[in-house]
Amino acid sequence: MSKNEPQITPELIAAHGLKPEEYDHILELIGREPTFTEFGIFSAMWNEHCSYKSSKKWLRTLPTKGPRVLQGPGENAGVVDIDDGQTVVFKMESHNHPSYIEPYQGAATGVGGILRDVFTMGARPVAAMNSLRFGEPDHERTRHVLSGVVAGVGGYGNSFGVPTVGGEVSFHASYNGNCLVNAFAAGLADADKIFLSEAKGVGMPVVYLGAKTGRDGVGGATMASAEFDDDSEEKRPTVQVGDPFSEKRLMEATLELMKTGAVIAIQDMGAAGLTCSAVEMGAKGNLGIDLDLDKVPNREENMTPYEMMLSESQERMLMVLHPEKREAAEAVFRKWELDFAECGLTTDTLRFRIFHQGEMVADLPIKELGDEAPEYDRPWVETPKTPKLDNATVDAPKNLMDSLVALIGSKNLCSRRWVWEQYDTMIQGNTKQRPGGDAGVIRVDGTKKGLAFTVDVTPRYCKADPFEGGKQAVAESWRNLNAVGAEPLATTDNLNFGNPEKPEIMGQFVGCIKGVGAACEALDMPIVSGNVSLYNETSGEAILPTPAIGAVGLLPDVDVAIGNAFVAEHEVIVLIGGHGTQMGQSTYLAELFGREEGAPPPVDLELEKKNGTFVREAIRAGTITAAHDISDGGLGITVAEMAIRSGLGCTIELPAQDPHIAFYAEDQARYVVTCCKDTANALLAQAEKAGVQAGVIGLIEGDKFSVAGHGSVAVSSLSEAHENWLPAYMAQ
Amino acid sequence: MKTAILVFPGTNREHDMAAAVRSVSGKDPMMVWHAETEIPEADLIILPGGFSYGDYLRSGAIAARSPIVADLLEKAKQGVRILGVCNGFQILTETGILPGALMRNAGLTFICKETKLRVERDDTIFTSSYKKGQVMRCPVAHHDGNFFADDDTLKMLEDEGRVLFRYCDAAGEASAEANINGSRNNIAGIMNARGTILGMMPHPENLIEDLHGGLDGRGLFESLLEKVA
Repeated sequence: MSKNEPQITPELIAAHGLKPEEYDHILELIGREPTFTEFGIFSAMWNEHCSYKSSKKWLRTLPTKGPRVLQGPGENAGVVDIDDGQTVVFKMESHNHPSYIEPYQGAATGVGGILRDVFTMGARPVAAMNSLRFGEPDHERTRHVLSGVVAGVGGYGNSFGVPTVGGEVSFHASYNGNCLVNAFAAGLADADKIFLSEAKGVGMPVVYLGAKTGRDGVGGATMASAEFDDDSEEKRPTVQVGDPFSEKRLMEATLELMKTGAVIAIQDMGAAGLTCSAVEMGAKGNLGIDLDLDKVPNREENMTPYEMMLSESQERMLMVLHPEKREAAEAVFRKWELDFAECGLTTDTLRFRIFHQGEMVADLPIKELGDEAPEYDRPWVETPKTPKLDNATVDAPKNLMDSLVALIGSKNLCSRRWVWEQYDTMIQGNTKQRPGGDAGVIRVDGTKKGLAFTVDVTPRYCKADPFEGGKQAVAESWRNLNAVGAEPLATTDNLNFGNPEKPEIMGQFVGCIKGVGAACEALDMPIVSGNVSLYNETSGEAILPTPAIGAVGLLPDVDVAIGNAFVAEHEVIVLIGGHGTQMGQSTYLAELFGREEGAPPPVDLELEKKNGTFVREAIRAGTITAAHDISDGGLGITVAEMAIRSGLGCTIELPAQDPHIAFYAEDQARYVVTCCKDTANALLAQAEKAGVQAGVIGLIEGDKFSVAGHGSVAVSSLSEAHENWLPAYMAQ
Repeated sequence: MKTAILVFPGTNREHDMAAAVRSVSGKDPMMVWHAETEIPEADLIILPGGFSYGDYLRSGAIAARSPIVADLLEKAKQGVRILGVCNGFQILTETGILPGALMRNAGLTFICKETKLRVERDDTIFTSSYKKGQVMRCPVAHHDGNFFADDDTLKMLEDEGRVLFRYCDAAGEASAEANINGSRNNIAGIMNARGTILGMMPHPENLIEDLHGGLDGRGLFESLLEKVA
C-alpha cells in the first residue's frame, strides 16, 4: 500500500467527522490501520448524511407500507401504483449547507441530485417542487441567498426540462445563517420497468457513465454533517458545480439504455459519489466489487484514489450491465456524447477492493461499510408542552380590513410569483395547475389521469409542539391534495433539524417523527422515501424544526380538478369545519405583533379525514366550483386569496363575538369552498349526513372584499399589497 | 403533409411541439437527430425550444454548427416552411437564416408566464387563422429573448412587414410595460423576406387545449398545417 499518505491522527479523524470511538470500531472491523483511501471511504459512508446514524432508529417507526406502495424507503426514490400498470416515482432531498455557502450551485445541484434519483429508477421526471426557507428579510445575506437559490433552482430545472408545479418559500430569523433548500421530483414509469440498485451475478461488468470525475465536492457529505461556524465560507470548494446539459443527456441516455435490457443494477453518484454507489450496489446484492480507478474518466490530472472515491462531481452513474449487451450500451452513451468506462467487476468475495496504478489501495468488507455503520440512540428530552394561548391577550386590530391588507402583504403571506415566474411551469404540456394553487396538478401524459403535488410544513408549530407540528405538516398536505380533488396516495419527508447531539434538538426530532408517523398512518399516506438533514445550526443556534412533507395524490380524471380562485359572481361561499378559536402560533400574531406564542392548533386526524374526504367527493361530484384549505392566516387570508386570484369580490359574515379571532384563527381540518346558489342546500344536506360541519358564510359579488359590519377593501388593493412585497424587496 | 422536428442535445420542448402538431394535424411528426446530415422530405421543419448545448457560448450558437444545419440552410433556400420557437428562434438567428440576435432578458432573470401578443398580419402562412390586430394569449419561457437588431435591420423588418408578433397589453398596445424582455419594438416574432420562415420566442405549443387554460396557440398550427397540407 502507498507510502506517501497522510498519517491518520486524531486531528485528521476529527476533520473527517468521525468520533474517536468510531475510528476504534474501524480498527476492530478490519483488524489493522486503514489506508488513507480506506479511511476516506469509511468517513464518507459513516457520516450522518449517508449513514443516518442518529435518525435510523426513529425512521424505522414511520409507516412505509400500503396497498399502492411498490417500493418504500431504501432505494433512490419511492414507487407508488397509479393504476393501469403505471407508477409515480418520487422523493425529496435537501441541499441546505451547500446552498448557503454558494446559493446558485448549491440549489442547482440539489435539483440535479433529486432528478437523478428519479430517473435512476427508470422514471422520466414530470414534476418538480421546492421548499425554501430563508432568514429575516433584513438580514444581510438573505437577499443574496434567495436570489441565488431561486436562480439556481430555475437554471437547472428549466434547462433539464421539468415543470416546477409547486413549492413554498418562507422567512424566519432562525434560518439567518442556515437556509433550507429541499427539492422534490416525481417521475413516471411502468410498474414492470422499475430499476433498482441491487447488483446480481458474479463477474458482471461495473460501468461508469456520464460526466468525468473532478475534485469538486470532495468531502461534501461530511460538510453536510457538521454545524456551520464563522469559517464556513472557506468550505466553498466542497460545493459541486452543476451542469444540467450533461444531466439532460445522462437522463436520455439512461432511459434509452434501460430499454435495451442491458441494465442489471443502477445507482447514481450523489453524496460520497463512487464510494456510496459502489458499496450500495454490492452490499444490497451480497456481492463484492473490484474497482480499477485507472479506468475512471478524470477531469483533472493526478487525482489520488482518495479524491476519486470521495469526489461529488455531478451527473454521474454507476451500473452493473449484462456483459453481452455491452456494445449496445456503449453506443447509446457515445450517441449522447457521454463517458462510458468499464471500471470494475462484481465478485463473490464480499470485499470492496480498489486498485490504482497496479496497487490495491483499499480492501474492505463491503457489507460492514454500510450495515455496520454506527447507529445511535441519542439521548433526547421531550419538548415541554406550551400552554394554550389565552385569547384575551390577542389584540383586535383597529380596523379589520386594514389588518387584512397588512397581513396579505407581509413577508410570509405575500405572493411568491416573483419566485415561480423564474421556473418553467408548463414545459411538457401537461400542467393543469401551476404554482399558486393548493396543489400543483399535471396530466399523466397520454391518459386522462392527473397527479397532484404539494409540499408543506409550519415550523413555528413544530417548535412549540413537535408532535402536533409533525401531524400538522402531513394534515396540511392531505388538505391541499383534497382541495384539488385528488386522492392522497403517499408522502416523502425531508427532515431538517439542528444538532442531534443536543438532547432538546433530538427531542424535537423524535416528537416530529412521532407526529408525522401518526398522521401518515391515520390518513393512509405512507412515507415512501425521504431524507434527513441534521446539524442545521450556526454558531450554536438551531433552525426551527422543519419536517417538510411532500405528498402526491391521484385524480382518475384530471378535468375534475378545481382551483382555489372564485369562479363566478353570485355563487355562495361555504365554510367547512366551522369557525376557529386557535390563535397560538398564528400568523396574525407572528407577523403583525411579533409574537410567536402559545400552543399551535391541535390536529384531530379523524376530523381531517372526514372533512377532507367530504370535500374531495363533492369536487368529484361536481358540486364544488372552487376550494381552498385554511392554513396560515386563517379564514380571512384564505378568502382574500380566492378573491385576489379571481379579481372577484365578496361579502362574508363573521360571528359577532371576537370577529378578529374567527377571521385569523388557524384551526385545522377546515376549507373554504364555493358552489352555485342552487346546489348550496344539497351540499349542506350532504355535509350534515356525513357529519361534517358546513355553513354558508357569504356571497361572491362585486370587486370588493366586504365583511359585514367591518367595512370593505377593494380586491385590487389586496392584490397590490399581495403582489408587491417580494418584487419590491428584491429590487432594493 | 409531413412535419420534421429537429432535436439537438439539450432540446427539451420537442414533445410539446410534437403534441401540438399531432393535435392539430392528426399526424405524427418525424423526429430528426442533429447528427443526421439530411432532413427527410418534409413540408414543415420545426426547431423546438430548449437549451441546446446547455446554452453554452451563446444560446443556439453551438447547435447552429450541428451537422444537420447544412441541410437546413439548403431547405431554407428551397423555400421549405420553417418554424423556430424559443431556442429554435435563437438557432435560426445564429445560422443567419433570420436576422437579429436574442440577448439576455432586460430583467436578467428567466421568465415563464403568460403574455399577450398582437398579431401584426393575417395574410401569412403562419397567421392566416388569426385576425390582424388580434390580441392573443401566449406563454413565454426563456432567459434570452431580448430581440436586438441594428437600426437598419430593424427598419427593414418593419418596412417589409416582417414582424408578425409583438408583446402588447390587453388593449393591444405595444407598450414599454408589456415588453417583458426588452426586445426592440416589442418584437416577439419575425419572418424571412419570402415569408416562409418564422422565428418567435413565445410558445404557442403550450396553449393548444383546455388543459392549458386556452386555445390561442392553435391558430398558428392551424394556419401552417392547412397551408402545407
